[in-house]
Amino acid sequence: MDRAADGAQARRHPRGTRVSAQELSGPSVRNDRLARRRRVGHAMEAGAWLSAAIAVAILGLVVWSVASKGRSELNLNLITKTPIPFSLTNAPQGLSNAFAGTIVIVGLATLMALPVGILIAVYVNEFAPPSIRAGVGLVLDVLSGVPAIVIGIFIFLLLVVGSGQSALKGSLSLAILMLPFVARTTIEVLALVPNSLREASLGLGIAAWRTTLSIVLPRAIGGILTGTVLAVARVAGETAPLLFTSSVVGTKTDWDPAHALQTIPVAIFELSESPSPQDHARAWAAGFILLMFILFASLGARALVTRHTRKISGR
Amino acid sequence: MATADVTATPTRRPFTGRRVRFGDVSLQVVAGAAAAATTALVGLITWKVIDGSRLAIVKNGWGFLTRVAWNPVIGRELYGAGSFLFGTVVTSFGALLLATPLALGAALFLTELSPRFIRGPVTALIETLAAVPSVLIGLWGIYVLGPALRTSIEHWLHAAFGWIPLFGPQSAAGASVFTAIIVLAIMILPIVSSISRELFLGVPLELKEGALALGTTRWEMVRGIMFPYARGGITAALILGLGRAMGEAIAVTQVIGGSPTIQWNLFSTSDSLASKIASTYQGAVSRLQLSSLIELGLILLVLSLAANITAQWIVRQTARKHGVTRGGHA
Repeated sequence: MDRAADGAQARRHPRGTRVSAQELSGPSVRNDRLARRRRVGHAMEAGAWLSAAIAVAILGLVVWSVASKGRSELNLNLITKTPIPFSLTNAPQGLSNAFAGTIVIVGLATLMALPVGILIAVYVNEFAPPSIRAGVGLVLDVLSGVPAIVIGIFIFLLLVVGSGQSALKGSLSLAILMLPFVARTTIEVLALVPNSLREASLGLGIAAWRTTLSIVLPRAIGGILTGTVLAVARVAGETAPLLFTSSVVGTKTDWDPAHALQTIPVAIFELSESPSPQDHARAWAAGFILLMFILFASLGARALVTRHTRKISGR
Repeated sequence: MATADVTATPTRRPFTGRRVRFGDVSLQVVAGAAAAATTALVGLITWKVIDGSRLAIVKNGWGFLTRVAWNPVIGRELYGAGSFLFGTVVTSFGALLLATPLALGAALFLTELSPRFIRGPVTALIETLAAVPSVLIGLWGIYVLGPALRTSIEHWLHAAFGWIPLFGPQSAAGASVFTAIIVLAIMILPIVSSISRELFLGVPLELKEGALALGTTRWEMVRGIMFPYARGGITAALILGLGRAMGEAIAVTQVIGGSPTIQWNLFSTSDSLASKIASTYQGAVSRLQLSSLIELGLILLVLSLAANITAQWIVRQTARKHGVTRGGHA
């Protein structure tokens, strides 16, 4: 395995061919041109190094700013105390309501999106004829291209107008955002399950539905959960749809999904427009916790993907 | 359920063999219903948004698309999307212009140049950038990036090139179109770069080796072989990035300042379709204003669906051209 990779590396490495090009080019005029070509090449390669460095540096800069600016408010009060609007005293306050709301809303969204996403993937992968398979794939891509704020407007028009906001409606809008993501990753994971497993099961006379539910899905569960964690990490920071569905809130810590609940992203959005520096610090601190959750979830899930892929496909 | 049956009707028999079992049919119907419901959902979203903006469409007419106005005073209400469309186009294309070279450069670094031991970590870090919530990038844009730009790049550009209308005087508020462009560029950079990286990995090794064997430098090989080979996919990735930039509401709202005017000055405040909706909807007082906001959402939906479907179409065309499986690259 290692030797094969080294071989590919060596084959891809162009230095040997470049030397021979120089030897062949002969007259000094050609050499001048070669020198210029090489200079252009080196400049472009330097540009590519720089681009990658900039991309990584931006991430570092954002994480570092969030951590350093939130440090003063990063304590236990943040998750245990409720906010006190227009507070004139120095009484400790936090954003416990936002943490509770985010857990409720994201949790419910996952509960809604996961089964539907798995069912779609099962249909596409195990039952659908190729034409419908392509059609559902296109629908999923189109749905993932609908801007989050339009999803917010949609739920607002469908459910909020007339009856008011609630956490449940907020989680429904997040579930719509998660759905194409969960379905897509599950389709990919199910496609990795070897057909020999299905054939063996069917050959033993087990019905197709039992094969799907007790052979195919259990085999793929690790990959499906990894995809779900990535989807959760993506919607946990969503603000736009929640503005329409769960943003008119009180300051009490509340776990009831029938009420509109505060969430971390919406709290950050509102605090960022406040004139008080302490509010900003709390926004940064809450942002830091959210960011750490998202970074660890997505990096962790990414690290598990390779392992699951190997385990599911049996190679 | 009635809609579910249409797609769930098996066009071939389930793969069970002789008899059709109840369990098979139920799982197929339930799973098919989920797929059909998702299809219906896309239609329902479109219909609901059209329905919600009906009042505005009737009252505002076609002039809404180009009119530059946002006056919610009852009795003198006048709404137009002109400045917001302009703001959306300027910010999203500006972001694409900035992000494209960086994204392609980073993708080339990861596929061609990077030493093996940092390839994995750098790939993960760049993709992690896509996971940073937009509200945090916006917060960072207000309090870190915005002030930094105002005293550095914006200041220098205005001092040196102030005679170009693009680099006019800076806004007093500190928010600017320029900050919004950079924030959006940061958000679409990881998307474009991770798609491009996969495309570059799919370029057949024999083509690359062939070019190098003919004596090209590595850059000439990239320009002459890899870019043309991946052109369709890169175009699609750029359009997807554009769609993402157009639809981003929160981060743009936080840094763009909000003013319903058309200005060529990048350092002044403005508004995009998405940011106008996010910043105004809570204060909407009349039904016409709310409906006009939803009409902005309708324009946004049409634009992003158009971008998305174009990109998907290009991807499928390209896949057909190159053959669906790409030479077994992981």
